[in-house]
Amino acid sequence: MFEKIWSRHVVAEGPGGHVLLYIDRHLLHEGSTSAFARLAKHGRRVRRPDLTFATADHYVLTSPGSVAIDAEIRAMVESLGQHTREQGIVYFGVGDPRRGIVHTIGPEEGLALPGITLVCGDSHTATHGAFGALAFGIGSTEVEHVMATQTLWQKKPRVMRVTVEGRLGAGVTAKDVILAIIAEISAGGGVGHAIEYAGSTMRAMSMDERMTVCNMSIEAGARAGMVAPDETTFAYLEGRPFAPRGDAWGAALASWRALPSDPGAPFDREVELAASAIAPTVTWGTSPQDALPITGRVPDPAVAGDAARRESMERALAYMGLNAGTPLTEIKVDRVFIGSCTNSRLEDLRAAARVVKGHRAVVPAWIVPGSGLVKRAAEAEGLDRVFVEAGFEWREAGCSMCVGMNGETAREGERVASTSNRNFEGRQGKGARTHLMSPAMAAAAAVTGRLTDVRTLAT
Amino acid sequence: MEPFTHLTAVAAPLDLPNVDTDRIIPARFLRKPRGATGYASFLFHDVRFNADGAERPEFVLNQAPYRDAKILVVAENFGCGSSREMAVWVLDAYGIRSVIAPSLGDIFHQNCFKNGLLPVILSAEVVAGLRRQLHDRPGAMLGVDLEAQTVAAPDGTRHRFDIDPFRKEMLRTGRDEIGLTREFEARVREFEERHAREMAWVTPPRR
Repeated sequence: MFEKIWSRHVVAEGPGGHVLLYIDRHLLHEGSTSAFARLAKHGRRVRRPDLTFATADHYVLTSPGSVAIDAEIRAMVESLGQHTREQGIVYFGVGDPRRGIVHTIGPEEGLALPGITLVCGDSHTATHGAFGALAFGIGSTEVEHVMATQTLWQKKPRVMRVTVEGRLGAGVTAKDVILAIIAEISAGGGVGHAIEYAGSTMRAMSMDERMTVCNMSIEAGARAGMVAPDETTFAYLEGRPFAPRGDAWGAALASWRALPSDPGAPFDREVELAASAIAPTVTWGTSPQDALPITGRVPDPAVAGDAARRESMERALAYMGLNAGTPLTEIKVDRVFIGSCTNSRLEDLRAAARVVKGHRAVVPAWIVPGSGLVKRAAEAEGLDRVFVEAGFEWREAGCSMCVGMNGETAREGERVASTSNRNFEGRQGKGARTHLMSPAMAAAAAVTGRLTDVRTLAT
Repeated sequence: MEPFTHLTAVAAPLDLPNVDTDRIIPARFLRKPRGATGYASFLFHDVRFNADGAERPEFVLNQAPYRDAKILVVAENFGCGSSREMAVWVLDAYGIRSVIAPSLGDIFHQNCFKNGLLPVILSAEVVAGLRRQLHDRPGAMLGVDLEAQTVAAPDGTRHRFDIDPFRKEMLRTGRDEIGLTREFEARVREFEERHAREMAWVTPPRR
């Protein structure tokens, strides 16, 4: 599948195995303003505004009831609005009900399609690979390059296939699958690779779930992650605003059906996991690879294989304020964040609401939907009332406390049960401590005030 | 972009694996324009300074012999995480021109090339050996020669590294990549015509 997409997008061969790769979709957010400024400085324009789409997600505030904008941030958001207007780019801006996290609205609007190349100046762009697209994150200079030329100089990555077989147990979700995969191959295991996720577990997943898995490919080191398109993919896409229509839809389907990897296609590396071996998972350290089943205990650095690993585990435990041997379910949390491009789609909110119903949050807990449309759909199902009645804060769409760029951060030393993707030191605020987990597990933590095995919680 | 040919300079060792780009530049500084006053102070800010702004003496770049380092010798998967190119901009602002590692985060690795900062990949053993030498002889110099593709260690040994010829040429000349790509404009047009025929469904419907 990777090979088919790659070869269909080669514009020219360059030296050293580099190719000039054509880009079918370019997604922008507020972080793109510096690339716009450099483009303007050189007197260049966006070559294909019709293939470029923008939204505001990283910097807008998600205060309940309205998207407030902090004065310092205002210029950045307004500048994105101005640049997109000048260049004729579709912009889902502040006030647009479709506005949301770029990786939530791309699929929602039908911009992520099987067989295409899609880039965005954000490392979680692999999310769109859930549709069988080659989608990867790029830096600011590359954003400017795509704006100016609709291409990128790229060297072909190696391809790793990760196969997950079998049925997931009760309380085990797509988030647990990807955390288990990262723990298996390590945070650097996918460097230089694109990952293709395969197997019966992946095929049984909804699009929302596949997006969660592909989203965290970068936490395994891989710039791209993808799932072969199938009837689940096509059913999701049909009728989306920017998906092909009429005759084009039929032609697209024919092309997409021929996209999956041929039987016997070679991969540079193969990894296999059994779904039955995956439990609800949480992270204990400061790298996404520091993940364990919730039934486990904080690991002991003394058992680490080498000195470097021991030292980094000791440092992680010191930062996290944890002692080796503590059962994970005894770790108390100070706040809960349910949101981010990993886990803020409708199914995520439904899963959290199922756990919350009949309970009350005992710590501050935020729900930040991935997009305005997710928020509306959740409200139409009454999910907002479930959360609000349980004492959760029901907020507007955005990246919010996953990255804290907009100032929505946890306080120093606060321990956060979070559905986001990174537990790095300081990620959710200077000195903040992050435990990554699924929406159901984060909801369980909110109502008990500690890391909790969602399977043991009476619902 | 400033061309890179060769560099002999003080190198600082960073032993921790998986140093992410949030650690290299925390998110709250990303809104600051490149070149803003004090930009270099954002580098490794939260591990380099205390809350009161005082330097943490244990951080390597705060130690006198390593203060003027222009080379970092790091551990595996340095620069993992976010695609923020500011992680490279802030290294550049500090004066770092080359990062030597057993592996680098893919996006960070690419971002280095776009800013005239040479990423050197050597085996984990060789890189660990270089870090040991830098700990043993604080302030020791490393020589990085892009032309010859070698790193000269303080102990006199030379280590050859691989680099993609395309990236090497772009670094050596400091050439603007967009300028280069524009020379392919006719090929891009030709491709677009074929693409629009063969994958007609790929053009988004006008809204």
